[in-house]
Amino acid sequence: MEETTRNFTYLFYGLLAAWTVLCVYVVSLAARDRKTKRELDRLKMMVEDKERETGAHGAGMR
Amino acid sequence: MRQKVMIGMAAVAAVLLARDLYVMLLKLPDEALQGAIYRIIFFHVPAAWTAFLCFFAAMIASILYLKGRNLKYDAFAAAVTEVGLAFGAANLITGMIWGRIIWGIWWTWDPRLTSMLVGWLIYAGYMMLRRAIEDPTERARLSAVLSVFAFADVPIIFFSIKWWRTQHPQPVVWGGGSMDPSMFNMLFTNWVPLLLLAGIFLMIRMRQEQNQRELDALRRYVHAF
Repeated sequence: MEETTRNFTYLFYGLLAAWTVLCVYVVSLAARDRKTKRELDRLKMMVEDKERETGAHGAGMR
Repeated sequence: MRQKVMIGMAAVAAVLLARDLYVMLLKLPDEALQGAIYRIIFFHVPAAWTAFLCFFAAMIASILYLKGRNLKYDAFAAAVTEVGLAFGAANLITGMIWGRIIWGIWWTWDPRLTSMLVGWLIYAGYMMLRRAIEDPTERARLSAVLSVFAFADVPIIFFSIKWWRTQHPQPVVWGGGSMDPSMFNMLFTNWVPLLLLAGIFLMIRMRQEQNQRELDALRRYVHAF
């Protein structure tokens, strides 16, 4: 009886571990996604600012 | 469109997993010698197959990159290797938990276990190598070469139980092991949702690789000002 309980406990640990690994991977994917999107938005804004600056500077020169 | 495909795949995988868990926990009987713990095999083995399939796809993509120098193949190889590593980790951990009950130990330096761990570490090294090299072309070339050589470990993992004396059970597919047909079928039935999950992870990773390329291009553009 005790062995059966131990068997089921470790089966539970096994299934939990397998799904935990995959869940941690999903969380890491989501975190990376957010970080990349934030960085993309930041760089796009930076490019827009630079282009505006260069455009204004170019117009001033003329 | 891609989002809808991913949601559809996730829904099918969830339904299949729920059904498989119901069958394996409530319908299938305990194994005569191992008891309930044998059910770990339904995740342990399909996780290994998924990892091997991912590493094989990475090798093909790496060869295609080396042949045509198309960075899309490099992105695919990186994405699929990472997915393979996740499933490889699930395989190693479930194997350790099974070993704790059946062998009484968490780990042994058995040829199968050792070759799997070495393979996992080589592919983890592949991911670290990619982070260490800044130049995309150089990164793609070196990591493609490593990926091709790393795959040499996969047949060693697979055949280790045939080539050397090992305490790992003989394979039930194409090997000396045997299993009741209902249990044997569950191995393949449970592989389908894991493959679907791997497909979803791969699609997400490919989108991230695309975003990363866009990010690199923008960085170069910003630095050019």
